[in-house]
Amino acid sequence: MLPLDLRPGYHVNSNKPSDEYLIPLRLTWNPGPLEAVGFVFPQPRMEKYSFSEKPLSVFTGDFQIVTHFKATANAAPGPATLTGKLRYQACNNSMCLPPKTLDVSLQVEIAK
Amino acid sequence: MSRIHVAAASAALALILASCSRPSNLPTGELKAEAQRKQAPNFTLKDADGNAVNLTDYRGKVVLVNFWATWCGPCEAEIPWFIEFEKKYKDQGFAVLGVSMDDDGWKSVRPYVASHKINYRIMIGSELVSQQFGEIESLPTSFVLDREGRIASNHIGLVDKVDYQNEIVKLLEAPKNSAMRDAGTGVLAGLTGASVRAGQRP
Repeated sequence: MLPLDLRPGYHVNSNKPSDEYLIPLRLTWNPGPLEAVGFVFPQPRMEKYSFSEKPLSVFTGDFQIVTHFKATANAAPGPATLTGKLRYQACNNSMCLPPKTLDVSLQVEIAK
Repeated sequence: MSRIHVAAASAALALILASCSRPSNLPTGELKAEAQRKQAPNFTLKDADGNAVNLTDYRGKVVLVNFWATWCGPCEAEIPWFIEFEKKYKDQGFAVLGVSMDDDGWKSVRPYVASHKINYRIMIGSELVSQQFGEIESLPTSFVLDREGRIASNHIGLVDKVDYQNEIVKLLEAPKNSAMRDAGTGVLAGLTGASVRAGQRP
């Protein structure tokens, strides 16, 4: 589970933006002992902004992305660190910030 | 089958997004007095046809330099205004130059320009140009230049169409080559003074 907290007044496009040019929120995990087999994003909000004629599919405030993993065949028992990247692009009601890609990591314990 | 324990790990992952942004509404707007205007940095960028665009080539025109991107909703809102300005004021010596900050360049920008029927020149920006204009951190960011290539105003974020329009009209209506005019006036005044002095009786 990846908790995210957006600065008040800002939004990020959801994982399924309502316009082809908008940059989706995307979480990816690098190859490792665990393989991501699915992601659960929250239900996006359809928000109307002054700059847009149509509501946009966005996330705001606090939210979480859940990843479902499965252990790979060669996953050794014991502690492991999963690394990945979160790509997002944020805007407020009048301006947008450039897209960013953040490194994320997750400590897990793999047990037999 | 291995089991995965991730309990208590998630809290360390809490990310605060958009935490390094500028305030949403920086003071922008009114035209600077001529004496306070700084020369805009020159740039040479290529347009969609591969032609080099030098900002200095636009000296003598009022120019709106707009930093934008295809993924920027507020930027999209301004585009119809700029299309209108380009049509309406082009013959009076006005031009819009759109500098795209899209990472993937023409791959995104070319179809966007076509679908939005953009009638002004578009170029792909660079980190260097962004730095030259004072680190463009948020989009849209626009600069309105007077006929001498000086920055008469800047706008960060979406502003009212009428603000742009008022500025453009004022700059277009300003006497051409005002810097040279002022300099010429000074020289003329100096000469006048000299001639008066020369004509004075010892």
